[in-house]
Amino acid sequence: MLKGKVRKYGANVDTDAIIPARYLNVSDPAELAKHCMEGIDIDFVKKAKPGDIMVATTNFGCGSSREHAPLAIKAAGISCIIAKSFARIFFRNAINIGLPLLECDEAVDKTEAGDTLEVELASGRIKNLTRGMEFRAKPYPEFMAELISAGGLIEHTKRRLANRRI
Amino acid sequence: MTLVEKILAAHSHKKKVSPGEFINVRVDLVMANDVTAPIAIKEFQRIGVDKVFAPEKVVMVPDHFVPNKDIASAEQAKLMREFAYEQQILYFEVGQMGIEHVLLPEQGLVLPGDVVIGADSHTCTYGALGAFATGMGSTDIAAAMATGDIWMKVPPTIKLIYNGELRKWVSGKDLILYTIGDIGVDGALYSAMEFTGEAIDALSMDNRFTMANMAIEAGAKAGIFRVDNKTQLYVKHRAERPYLVYEPDNDAEYSQVIEYDVSAIEPQVALPHSPANTKPVSQVGNIEINQALIGSCTNGRLEDLRVAAQILKGRKVHPRVRCIIIPGSQQVYLDALTEGLIEAFIKAGAAVSTPTCGPCLGGHMGVLAADERCISTTNRNFVGRMGSPKSEVYLSNPAVAAASAIMGRITSPEEI
Repeated sequence: MLKGKVRKYGANVDTDAIIPARYLNVSDPAELAKHCMEGIDIDFVKKAKPGDIMVATTNFGCGSSREHAPLAIKAAGISCIIAKSFARIFFRNAINIGLPLLECDEAVDKTEAGDTLEVELASGRIKNLTRGMEFRAKPYPEFMAELISAGGLIEHTKRRLANRRI
Repeated sequence: MTLVEKILAAHSHKKKVSPGEFINVRVDLVMANDVTAPIAIKEFQRIGVDKVFAPEKVVMVPDHFVPNKDIASAEQAKLMREFAYEQQILYFEVGQMGIEHVLLPEQGLVLPGDVVIGADSHTCTYGALGAFATGMGSTDIAAAMATGDIWMKVPPTIKLIYNGELRKWVSGKDLILYTIGDIGVDGALYSAMEFTGEAIDALSMDNRFTMANMAIEAGAKAGIFRVDNKTQLYVKHRAERPYLVYEPDNDAEYSQVIEYDVSAIEPQVALPHSPANTKPVSQVGNIEINQALIGSCTNGRLEDLRVAAQILKGRKVHPRVRCIIIPGSQQVYLDALTEGLIEAFIKAGAAVSTPTCGPCLGGHMGVLAADERCISTTNRNFVGRMGSPKSEVYLSNPAVAAASAIMGRITSPEEI
């Protein structure tokens, strides 16, 4: 169960906003996290607390394929992101590195910055403790759920290769 | 099936695939660059295999922060170089390299009917060749380097039909900017864009690369063109392996069909801070600029430089403007030199650089200070994309960028 305060953003949060390319000369997540969201929210790093939950509207993570973007968000302590929709490369990257994403229109519309949310990933249940409301995120397709439960793409690939060798 | 579905079915041992279906796809080429390869290499090593699945199908191109802009980027390039040597994969050193999406087609490494994945969002560029090409992250690339395949969800296809004849100074860049302005930055989210119509048939390969390149800017998974005589002519002397040409079925199902009359379209400019924030150049108003950038994986090909030279030759860049021109590959550079384009640029007062992505992503070779404005033939104008979060980027075709460099403000080439 995840629990944290909401940091809310709008539509089309791009990867240059999440981690500007001038910091991509390193790939250490802790280093990247120091500049997370710098493009649009200069105080993010100072204010973000471990466990905080990002909430955004549509097309979150659009732009570049840089995996540095979800890595920076995860290393900054964000426990999961809830949005109406995600850009597709960002979606893959986040799942691959183990940063949980949830799609839920209603939760986004009825949640404000600073609210406290409780999220149960397995069921997709999202509780807004501040407002006493409950929402249900879109379930993952079967294959994606399998990938997540394997612990990400690398673990999934290890298993596949092990099965091939048998 | 659509063109994309045909290619994906053939690469997943299936007779038929449908949108939404999860499939495992065999890849013909896997690519990474100096920004994305270091993470991919680290993840590859975690998988626990010694060798990549096929060294001739893995390519790494140092292009983002090279020639190395600082010590940290030199370390990343070094890590990639050492891995490339150790694995004996395809690798292009500084002096031979170009911007990956200009270089790979030029080298004949991508051919019609291929499935290509690259750790760079503009991998979709290769759709111009009738290949299915899509950007992914480093971990996906790591897995594909180990196994030779990757999971995908079959995308629905949006068919875009461009009718009519292009006006003077209107290019593939304007068609794609106009389209993104129309459908929005998530207008093709998770979908493939199939570009067709008489205006597309008339379009050169360089212009098709530009259009496919920016499919990602509408959120698309891929942008694709059907193979025609121009494609065949382009690949004929480059291909060193056989390839297959796929055609969409007559009864292919499209999620949307969108038609445009291109004769009504004038050169487009995308204003800050979204590629969808487009206006015809005549309606942009009086916008003074500090820098004009002509190059990138979007517009760094020979035809782009020819258009720029047509405008810059015999004229002078405005004294207040830094005009930076970056050929997309060594071959483009050499051809431009032979044709006298480079001489025209230098005489006009432009700076010409060795191939690099550099300024497009605010890396080096033309980073912007606060309150500076740049007209750029690149693909993104997000906040801080080319430097200071207080700078502004306006996207255009090479003709508009060159004309603006002369006038010191955003202007139509008609005014020159």
